[in-house]
Amino acid sequence: MEAATPNDGGVLQPVAVRSLRVPWRWAVVSLGALLVAIVIGVAVGPAHLSLGGIAGSVFARLPFVHRPSALTAQQESILWSLRVPRVVLGALAGGTLAVAGAAYQGTFRNPLADPYLLGAAAGAELGATLAIIFVPGQALLGVNLVAVAAFAGASLAVAGAYVLGRSAGGVRSVTSLILAGVAIAAFLTAIQTYAQQRNADQIRQVYAWLLGRLQTAGWQGVSLVAPYVVICAVVVVAHRRVLDVLQFGDDEAASLGVRPRRVRFWVVVAATLGTAAVVAVCGAIAFVGIIIPHTVRLMVGRSYRVVVPLSLALGAAFLVLADTLARVAVAPAELPIGVITALIGAPFFVVVLRSTRAAAP
Amino acid sequence: MIRVEHVSIDYGGAPVVRDVSLVVPSGGWLTLIGPNGAGKTSLLKAVAGLVGHEGRIALGGVATGDLAPREVARRVAVVPQEPEVPPGMTVAEYVLLGRTPHLTYLAREGARDRRVAGEVIERLQLGALASRELGRLSGGERRRAVIGRALAQQAPILLLDEPTTSLDVGRQQEVLDLIDDLRRQDGLTVLAAMHDLTLAGQYAEELMLLVNGEMIACGRADEVLTRASIERHYGARVRVLPVLAAGRAVVPVREQRAAASEEED
Repeated sequence: MEAATPNDGGVLQPVAVRSLRVPWRWAVVSLGALLVAIVIGVAVGPAHLSLGGIAGSVFARLPFVHRPSALTAQQESILWSLRVPRVVLGALAGGTLAVAGAAYQGTFRNPLADPYLLGAAAGAELGATLAIIFVPGQALLGVNLVAVAAFAGASLAVAGAYVLGRSAGGVRSVTSLILAGVAIAAFLTAIQTYAQQRNADQIRQVYAWLLGRLQTAGWQGVSLVAPYVVICAVVVVAHRRVLDVLQFGDDEAASLGVRPRRVRFWVVVAATLGTAAVVAVCGAIAFVGIIIPHTVRLMVGRSYRVVVPLSLALGAAFLVLADTLARVAVAPAELPIGVITALIGAPFFVVVLRSTRAAAP
Repeated sequence: MIRVEHVSIDYGGAPVVRDVSLVVPSGGWLTLIGPNGAGKTSLLKAVAGLVGHEGRIALGGVATGDLAPREVARRVAVVPQEPEVPPGMTVAEYVLLGRTPHLTYLAREGARDRRVAGEVIERLQLGALASRELGRLSGGERRRAVIGRALAQQAPILLLDEPTTSLDVGRQQEVLDLIDDLRRQDGLTVLAAMHDLTLAGQYAEELMLLVNGEMIACGRADEVLTRASIERHYGARVRVLPVLAAGRAVVPVREQRAAASEEED
């Protein structure tokens, strides 16, 4: 926004008003961060791959380039079947969780909202637990049933919370939706805990699933989540200006011609599809949906026209880095990625909070 | 023009407005007065299409029931009593969001929208504050920003819910003078709800007294603001003094008690 032009001699000189968008240097910073994260994620691992070798291999795969890769067949396989798909999955999952978190915070006008607010994580965990216990190792159309059950559980939980919240809602629909989500999550978690306790044999497997991880098995995870991630990202990004209008509350938004309930419905559907897909494949990775959007708010701005696109890029970068750390911190073992996101995320968030509070009014 | 015909509103079985009819001609200013809970805000919300109601409300000859929310928002702009002002949003961003009714669902603002917002900001003398965050404005400046967002809607009808609450007496007059100027220059039709009877009576062309959702009186200030009526319906002790032509100043007067009269002596 530009400063005022003085009003000379009674002639009105309109103030130049610009539409809100991501400041260009933050666009560069966030895309740069994502690029650096991807390079680190691809380059770091138990098997040594040189940056030059990786670049050569990428180059060799470009169309119209006739230069063979310098990597051995085994290195090629590690790069393209393990590292790259894992980094891509991490980027998709991180971007989705961050953008879904921003979307939930915007539609519910609640800074503590995360993608699991309406019970997505509890539903996914119940679904996954039941699948691990009752149909271990089974697949549906080539997809592990655990993922299918987790996706179904997450979607059904949110749908249930939505229906319940709307039916009880009336005027205060936002509050009743959140309360319905809390109730559904508590209920499903109770069943999940019960099922887990009754089947102590699989408790390690269930526990490992709950903590979250990025799959290492090739491109299947990527192809499973990609369509939902795209839907989620496109819908939420398209709603970024409307999310700003929603910050006025339902009545004021309606007086500006926006239908708040309809907006909330579509944004929640999109965010839930993305979240459910990510949770189904990677487990309920915590904190990304809260800390990334809030970090953007604290460092750049509060408008959803800034928060949504930057959360997408920075969430992706963050999860790729967190996963790299999860792989190397206690190598050859792996830490659950949920542990890393919380371990790094929480202190980092505190630093951002403290350093920006000094600058705040 | 606003035409309200036999409108009743109830919230879950509790009636808040009962069979109220009114007409505000184009360029006119009608202010709803009445004690707390009289149904003033509910009636304003009904005119803005925000609450369901019985009866018919027409804006410029078109019933609100036949209009999509966006079309209503192009005809009516609302200045709420306690607007949500996101503290981190700048004045310019805030005013620009007033263009929402003119944008399709997922569109972004165009050059025309930015120009309208710029003109509104200049007109309300918010230019120096355009890039300031709403959380850093004074009460009066913030009220002007809210009016700015409403004006950016370019709607011919302006609804004001308690436009002067929490402002000092100078800012109260400033805001009402501003509204009156806009009304005269642009032919805005104004429907307001106010508690300050003195100010209400001096700015509105017509006053309507609502009590418990029912219309008690409607007319010029000198017709509606009578001592008997105010004492009866507000349970207040007042004096009513003539101001200007048909204006009336309503002065609350403390009950004469022994202690108070001693101090006066």
